[in-house]
Amino acid sequence: MPPLTETVEAAACTTTPDLTSLLGKDEQEIARVMQICNACRYCEGFCAVFPAMTRRLEFTAADTHYLANLCHNCGACLYACQYAPPHEFAVNVPQAMAKVRGRTYQHYAWPSTFGRLYERQGLTIALALAGGLALFLALAAAMAGGLTDKPLAGNFYAIFPHNLLVVMFGAVFVFAVAAFVVGVVRFWRDISPARDAAPPGATELAKARGPAAVEAVTDIARLRYLGGGHGEGCNEDDDRFTQSRRWFHQLTMYGFLLCFAATSVATLYHYLLAYEAPYPWFSLPVMLGTVGGVGLLIGPAGLLWLNLHRGAERGDAAQRPMDRGFIALLFVVSLTGLALLALRDTRFMALWLAVHLGTVMALFLTLPYGKFAHAVFRTAALFKYALEKRLPNRIAVGSD
Amino acid sequence: MAAEPDVLVIGGGNAALCAALMAREAGATVLLLESAPHSWRGGNSMHVRNLRCMHDAPQDVLVDAYPEEEYWQDLLKVTGGLTDERLARLVIRHSSRCRPWMRRHGVHFQPPLSGALHVARTNAFFMGGGKALVNAYYRSADELGVAVRYDTPVQSLELKDGRFVAAVTERGERIAAKACVLACGGFESNLEWQREAWGRNERGEWPAENFLIRGTRFNQGVLLKFMLDAGADAIGDPTQAHCVAIDARAPLYDGGICTRIDCVSLGVVVNREAQRFYDEGEDFWPKRYAIWGRLVAQQPGQTAWSIIDRKAVGRFMPPVFPGTRAESLEELAQKIGLDIATFTATLNAYNAACRPGTFDHTVLDNCRTEGLTPPKTHWAQPIDAPPFFAYPLKPGITFTYLGMKTDESAAVRFAGVPSANLFAAGEMMAGNVLGKGYTAGVGMSIGTAFGRIAGVNAAASAGFHHPEFKEELAYAAAH
Repeated sequence: MPPLTETVEAAACTTTPDLTSLLGKDEQEIARVMQICNACRYCEGFCAVFPAMTRRLEFTAADTHYLANLCHNCGACLYACQYAPPHEFAVNVPQAMAKVRGRTYQHYAWPSTFGRLYERQGLTIALALAGGLALFLALAAAMAGGLTDKPLAGNFYAIFPHNLLVVMFGAVFVFAVAAFVVGVVRFWRDISPARDAAPPGATELAKARGPAAVEAVTDIARLRYLGGGHGEGCNEDDDRFTQSRRWFHQLTMYGFLLCFAATSVATLYHYLLAYEAPYPWFSLPVMLGTVGGVGLLIGPAGLLWLNLHRGAERGDAAQRPMDRGFIALLFVVSLTGLALLALRDTRFMALWLAVHLGTVMALFLTLPYGKFAHAVFRTAALFKYALEKRLPNRIAVGSD
Repeated sequence: MAAEPDVLVIGGGNAALCAALMAREAGATVLLLESAPHSWRGGNSMHVRNLRCMHDAPQDVLVDAYPEEEYWQDLLKVTGGLTDERLARLVIRHSSRCRPWMRRHGVHFQPPLSGALHVARTNAFFMGGGKALVNAYYRSADELGVAVRYDTPVQSLELKDGRFVAAVTERGERIAAKACVLACGGFESNLEWQREAWGRNERGEWPAENFLIRGTRFNQGVLLKFMLDAGADAIGDPTQAHCVAIDARAPLYDGGICTRIDCVSLGVVVNREAQRFYDEGEDFWPKRYAIWGRLVAQQPGQTAWSIIDRKAVGRFMPPVFPGTRAESLEELAQKIGLDIATFTATLNAYNAACRPGTFDHTVLDNCRTEGLTPPKTHWAQPIDAPPFFAYPLKPGITFTYLGMKTDESAAVRFAGVPSANLFAAGEMMAGNVLGKGYTAGVGMSIGTAFGRIAGVNAAASAGFHHPEFKEELAYAAAH
């Protein structure tokens, strides 16, 4: 795969209007489809992809990756499309976008060789899970002398010292964040020189940044683009609108965030208040974790059910292991976490702690090389869109 | 559906669905027969995008006002008087009150699309376009218990003394019903009929052989022909249609909206002889696009090329197929296969005739030619800034106007006598309102008004009375 930046520069230097020849097969398909959509525009009200499209007359590789990550695969445009198969134009925007999204994650993975992991997601997740479990089971066996113990009243640190956990998870987490920062900065730099407007003035851009950030965050918080444009939801396996995916995703996203908040609060307790785990059932960390954990059970279960029932035409079938593996991993993390909470006063705590930490480790290890990437690149794309729409549009098609 | 339905609706587009939904709302059992398979359902309605709406004050997605009189004058202008004022005003008034009903059945409206701001005042756009509307109506029909059968073209009807008795499908199945609504389109998809209707021109050509059909392949006019042969009163000229100039590379059927070429008023149009033939800047493009199909149909080979230069790029809706690009006019002529000398002479004469002015595509500006025939009266700028682009044009038929004569009841008439239980809606009777010409969104206004009226009257003839429509209809019918 040629580096995206080179492709873009090559595109900028060329004098021929047909940029599609410079794009990869999947990017070319977006460029082809967008050429049709740009001449039609009926779907403009559904989401951000189409208004972003109308600011362009040609679609470079960077443009296709930007649009692909704006797309939430809600399906509205497929069922409404007069050019969808069996029409000979064979327009399937969600599928074209999904395929390039997969390439975005792979292309912007850091270190870049790890991008390969996207090609074998089933194996990646299985290996991470096996590795994480083996690590903690072995550690537990070695450090606590066995996988069952006398009841320790929920004192995890009697099994794994606190500092050991901090170092292990801290290192992996920092690495994951670093990998995403590198990837998203490269992504942002590639899509930023969208050639839709004269370079905006510094003040214009500065003025737009704040409101754009607020809009992007709001759109994510509400999952606006799983609302189908009219707010009635997105499509699953036919032209009917349903909120189910939006709600299951909300449960997943907020469940994840609550669990993250639980850990953060516990860390603050530990270091600032010198208040150490185990925390009682009705303490803030345990309540956040429990509520989040329940969300993270129902949400992924629902998303998996929807994913299993969605038609093949509705995305990139090759990405199913990634989607389903990630969803399953979230579910297992939550399940083992809640089980740990229930069993922490029994003699199975060590076993469950090792199992839970093993799954969490697997999740952390695969964060930058799995479906979680969608959150990062979609956020960047939505911010870019919110920014771009506040800047002047060179193309005056609408005003004539 | 085992039992005989109260109302049989033949057709599966907007008008048919409106009729089916209204008849069902009235309490009648309804069977709808769509000739197309599920994936192609909806006829030409799957390609539409908006509804022309009368309104006296701003209404959600519609700005300002578009009063009845202005709508009527617009219609009068485009049809050149070939319209039935009573029916036209009924459609216009109905368009001001039908949208809440449409919304109840799942249709979503949105502000005008980018590139369509010029109709922000007059037209309400469907979110997602016509296929989204058709999907919504089918969903609603399903929920209300309307029976729908796809892949079921009807071959003929059994009529008795001007009454509908039964329909006979292509497969020979006989389906009886108490009443029937015919809403299965014009004959635009029937190439043989088009050829015959347009005949042979003075150059010995069969012009219709070069037509493209912008919409569905399923409007073969089978029942229209059957009805006219059966003695139903006819309306309209078979060569009149909503006909626009589209990209000659469009597919034969279902090219839809994206094949139109919107740069005519920004450049010049030449025919196969490399000659201009009409004032490209006569009026705003949205007011002229509907005459260019016919203009191109009258040219040799039924083809033409829209020529622009760099100045026009980005000022019109991007076409679906890239234009032929050249760095000089000679190269362009050579690439599109026109006589180079004639082409450059035409372009040079045009360029020389352009008078200096202030170009403004948003008003009827003062950039015009002088001493040129035909003139270009607005937006005339020399075509001199490479790269140059050419887009090939052909006539694109949207729908034909030959149909059945009706009155306000939508009843089919035999020798002036309205049938008691047979009604027509949509393209099959749009010719009553549209004798010729077109203005954006009016086809949907006609289809929605007469679809609903036909559905209500068909249900009534079977003994079911719609509880709510009376008031709306009374408003629409009051003059």
